[in-house]
Amino acid sequence: MSKNISINVHHLTRVEGHGNIIADVTNGTIDRIEWQVPEAPRFFEAMVRGRHYTEVARITSRICGICSVGHTLASVQATEAALGIEVSPQTQKLRDILMHAENFDSHILHLYFLVAPDLLGAPSVFPLVPTHGEAVIRALRMKKVGADWASLFAGRSTHPTRPVPGGFSEYPTMEELRKLRADLQGLNPDLEATVNIVLSVAGNLPAFERPTEYMALSNDEDYAFLRGFVQTVMPDGTKERWPVSEYRRITNEYVHPRSTAKYTKNKMDSYMAGALARFNNNYDQLHPKAKQIADAFGLKPVNCNPFMNNVAQLVEAAHSVFESIRLLDEILEEGLRIEELVQPTRFGQGASAVEVPRGILFHDYTYDDQGMCTAGNCIIPTNQNHANIQLDLEKFFPELLQAGKSEKELELAMEMLVRAYDPCISCSTHYLKVRFKD
Amino acid sequence: MSEKKKVRVAFFDFASCEGCQVELTNLSDPVFLELLNHLEFVEFREVMKEQTKEPIDIAFVEGSFTREADRKRLESIRERAGVVIAFGACAATGGINALKNHQSDYKEDVYGKDATLPHLDSTFARPISAAIKVDYTINGCPMDRKEFVYIVSHLLHGKDPVIPNHPVCVECKMRETVCRFQVGGHCLGLVARAGCGAPCPADGVPCEACRGFVDHPNEEALEEVLVLRANLPAKRAQNLSRMFTANLRRDAQ
Repeated sequence: MSKNISINVHHLTRVEGHGNIIADVTNGTIDRIEWQVPEAPRFFEAMVRGRHYTEVARITSRICGICSVGHTLASVQATEAALGIEVSPQTQKLRDILMHAENFDSHILHLYFLVAPDLLGAPSVFPLVPTHGEAVIRALRMKKVGADWASLFAGRSTHPTRPVPGGFSEYPTMEELRKLRADLQGLNPDLEATVNIVLSVAGNLPAFERPTEYMALSNDEDYAFLRGFVQTVMPDGTKERWPVSEYRRITNEYVHPRSTAKYTKNKMDSYMAGALARFNNNYDQLHPKAKQIADAFGLKPVNCNPFMNNVAQLVEAAHSVFESIRLLDEILEEGLRIEELVQPTRFGQGASAVEVPRGILFHDYTYDDQGMCTAGNCIIPTNQNHANIQLDLEKFFPELLQAGKSEKELELAMEMLVRAYDPCISCSTHYLKVRFKD
Repeated sequence: MSEKKKVRVAFFDFASCEGCQVELTNLSDPVFLELLNHLEFVEFREVMKEQTKEPIDIAFVEGSFTREADRKRLESIRERAGVVIAFGACAATGGINALKNHQSDYKEDVYGKDATLPHLDSTFARPISAAIKVDYTINGCPMDRKEFVYIVSHLLHGKDPVIPNHPVCVECKMRETVCRFQVGGHCLGLVARAGCGAPCPADGVPCEACRGFVDHPNEEALEEVLVLRANLPAKRAQNLSRMFTANLRRDAQ
């Protein structure tokens, strides 16, 4: 191989936020292969200082427009941990259904609008309107169900109003819950059609593997999104758990000299967070119908192909629908009580971990005795995936070169790899060392 | 249907959460498909690989102007577009990003000793109108889907959209929401620009003025009311409206 290649994907498209892929090859030798993140920093952890505990979640939800429900719940739960608030089982159940709504909504958005064009050979969803009109209409229809589903519990799906420390400030009606149940049941044909369309193009997902560590929230009760321990599973299936309060020690944020984006690592050189990481950790707790979808794709834990994150998202979208129907049935039977907000019992520091669509998210706050925030820290899933993306590219790019791919094919394949992680770069609150003020 | 040429629209993003762009996917299929009958999306990095070299009829710009390095990109969008619309609170007023504008140590707080690195260059969060001329504004965090359709449809018909200049209180009265002050809470609705339908007080949380202030807000009276009627400590009352309206306050930097 005696060729020169220079790839510079400036501001990668069809991802949330700004990222670049740089690859330089001289005479067949790779000089550089890099995943860069030039997003404008936004300083959320500084912004929350001096704000009252009742406002903080509505500030940090603005970190991300796609996973604002997850940021809200992570923030609310961290504040509750800091203030000694224990919410009711009903509140937990309603939050579970809300988190499922966002998980479904975000995965559908990613699969149809950001990933499908690659697999169908189109630059975006717009040229698919005349050629795959039915699929585009289905995607918009499913998205609308997702947004309405979240809005029942969150007030609105982007930047929630109703979930607050101590519970909910407003509740859906029983009639709305019954209608939601019918809407979710009605998703069945659309889910089936989605599985079929992804199955028909799954062969276009590269057969690339790189064993790594997979991190996800985990507990003994459910396929965890809101409660539990931090768990990792190694490529050989070995699992280990840590309490959420030890999150700094597990994520080990550090600065890599080659990149401005902050990296994280635990036991290996990098780890992966997201749908595939949850699947690899918590497969046993998936809804049986979601497992059937995984079977149709031959997806089993521990799967080490990052492109299968797309399939894991599809499996999870179905899980979120079926699990929410089950939870709704419980609520419809028990009845819905309007509960007073649980009040703080102390003021101090507390952390929380939530599985947002893109992976495990940590929020941590400290409050003074007036309930005013004095410090905040957020560790975002996309930041935790940067090191893993970089190491994937370092293995994937030489394999592609070896296979004699053209420059255009190389570019597309690497873009697809980064997109598979569903990176949410505007989420990234910080890329470099964080100093935590006590 | 007439063969009228579609209006060429493009979306651009700066410092923001991109939530206003996400809201477009929640318009529902009939609304979105109807928009596609009138609009041609020619550039939209978050969902499209395609880009255009031809002139753009309407550019929607999301996000705040937070660093000098972004001025050129904004100017080039202005040159390419017939109409520029500030899309959402971050672009319209600086939005949530301006909440740190009054702090002097925000870089050190988040980045410690690395705060001076060049890629962390970020000064005050400003509305995009601090860098380029803006023709229309879609307020809100997030922007309101109905208002987006309202404004776009007015522009397609050659009409100027009417943006309310009365306070959110009016909309609470119209939907018969009990006043936050009556239930032991507080609110910025008395000086906040309406047009959203006042969803937040109806959901049991205060209005935080994400659509900005009405013209000529009486900030002194607001602070007085927050202290006297909601029993907020004076300092908290003074700082309350920084959340979305830091750049509109009388002490704006």
